[in-house]
Amino acid sequence: MNAPYPGEIDRRLLNERSVSGRIGLQLQELDVPEQALPEPGLLRTDEARLPEVSQQEVVRYFTTLSTMNFSIDANFYPLGSCTMKYNPKVNEEMAFLPGMAGIHPHQPDETVQGALQLIWELQRDLGEITGLPGVCLGPLAGAQGEYSGLMIARAYFEERGDIGRIVALMPDSAHGTNPASASMAGLEVVTLPSDSEGNVDVEALKALADERTCVFMLTLPSTLGLFEPNILEITNIIHEAGGLVYADGANLNALLGIVKLGDLGFDIAHSNLHKTFSTPHGGGGPGAGPVLVSETLAPFLPTPVVSRDGHTYRLDAPDKSVGRVNGFHGSFGVLVRAYAYVRAIGAEGMREVSENAIINANYIRTALSDEFGIAADRACMHECVFSPQAQKAKGATALDISKRLIDYGIHPPTMYFPLIVPEALMVEPTETETKDTLDRFIAVMRQINKEISSDPDLLHDAPHDTPNTRLDEASAARKPYLRWQPEQNLTASD
Amino acid sequence: MTTPDDRRYSGEHEWAFVDGNNVTVGVTRFATDSLGDVVYVDLPESGTEITQFEKFGEIESVKAVSDLLAPIGGTIVEINSEVIDMPEKVNEDPYSVGWLLKVEVADADSQLGKLMDAAAYDNLTAE
Repeated sequence: MNAPYPGEIDRRLLNERSVSGRIGLQLQELDVPEQALPEPGLLRTDEARLPEVSQQEVVRYFTTLSTMNFSIDANFYPLGSCTMKYNPKVNEEMAFLPGMAGIHPHQPDETVQGALQLIWELQRDLGEITGLPGVCLGPLAGAQGEYSGLMIARAYFEERGDIGRIVALMPDSAHGTNPASASMAGLEVVTLPSDSEGNVDVEALKALADERTCVFMLTLPSTLGLFEPNILEITNIIHEAGGLVYADGANLNALLGIVKLGDLGFDIAHSNLHKTFSTPHGGGGPGAGPVLVSETLAPFLPTPVVSRDGHTYRLDAPDKSVGRVNGFHGSFGVLVRAYAYVRAIGAEGMREVSENAIINANYIRTALSDEFGIAADRACMHECVFSPQAQKAKGATALDISKRLIDYGIHPPTMYFPLIVPEALMVEPTETETKDTLDRFIAVMRQINKEISSDPDLLHDAPHDTPNTRLDEASAARKPYLRWQPEQNLTASD
Repeated sequence: MTTPDDRRYSGEHEWAFVDGNNVTVGVTRFATDSLGDVVYVDLPESGTEITQFEKFGEIESVKAVSDLLAPIGGTIVEINSEVIDMPEKVNEDPYSVGWLLKVEVADADSQLGKLMDAAAYDNLTAE
């Protein structure tokens, strides 16, 4: 076991290292005309309290912080539903090419034809992969893609004069963003129970789908990591009732090159480029959540989309657009990384990505389901959800198991989600991990299971080797300190 | 901890206790065990009308946010301001110091009839 952290860490914040008069930088000679200060009423009277530190101290401070970080580049990161796959470094190089990184969003179209071509081709490729040909790459995150998609659905029905459709149906296993986005889009959320196998309850859906149904929002595969066997019947039920079907694309990593959302009857989807298409996430960079729609809904897409005229590309506003969802054209640097990924992998590679993601998840599922219990005992897609209730009965919760994994240099799986699974541990290994890594994870989980019987406190106090050991998450949430305050001497009893 | 048999329970893990003219409402130990440490309780103001089996507030733990569904309907006459400031009270004892609301109920008998006794509730949660 490797302890990735040095023993003693200087924990003082930069401000706490400040020494009056210490200088880390020599400013250049003033090369612009000197200006008078504004009137005294506009000037601050108290000190700015900026840290006065040497350059080396700043370098050490941030370098030390970076060693305390847990990252996919250092450790296995099976965080379910987040698709923490390896992001090829060549994608970074592409994004930093001067022609990509140095352009300005206000440049005239004719001076950024290459960038527009890249956006257009990525629109086309994502449309092909999902079978939903109307694509806007603007939304900056999955939740914004969801919101955009729901606004499109509302605009579509409004245009048809079908204004009574105000209900968003969704299963009880939905990601929390689904009801949140639906509420923000002015829809009424109605939750549907899952059946005993973890599938959508088709009879309940039939009873709920009616002339008030705007959309049915479904994650495919589901948040239990299962393919929905009745998907064609489900999309048909919603369409018969006059509604639209929305795909939460968070789990798209299981479907690439195997099946298209459009072919299954989905009308709208979003894709998290930072999950499926290998762009940084989890604090590593801005996200991107393109919204994808059927041809019928394409006129309602947000502005701008890129269209092509012969060999010329231009930023365009769709006819009945729901409008802008951000200031410019989306996270362009992220789009470059996703484009590089899609083009490097190609059509055949896409299918292999998903096949390997599925095999890896099933390898872990079959190895550990006897010991840890599984939410749904059948073949999974790209992730599987354990339900360690036997371990809880022995006094080790999903939280304890997760914290103990950190001691072994493994990032905890997603815990306590989906909400319908007691003690849920959602494991998503992704396609980029080797069998060796999966075997080590399995061995560590078995070791932890032994520790639950032999030395349960090892789990209760875990993690042991990190800069901070077990955090008091409840107190942090009950009495949060949100800002550093120099005079406040914080102690545990505060 | 045993489930007190002096009150009635809903399938959504809330209890209702008849206290003179009013009914006190809270969540069960099973609920707090499933939720883990409670960090935030959102309750409506006194005077608010609530309806049996419908949402009246939210309870948030380190794991999740859950809707609070009223085991009984009526007019809220008092809320437990202590659990607003100290949500840990709900974990400490959900059946006493962790109570949430006192409700004035017009048809207590018929509403309480739709709830379970302690034994039936224990059966439900033992599954």
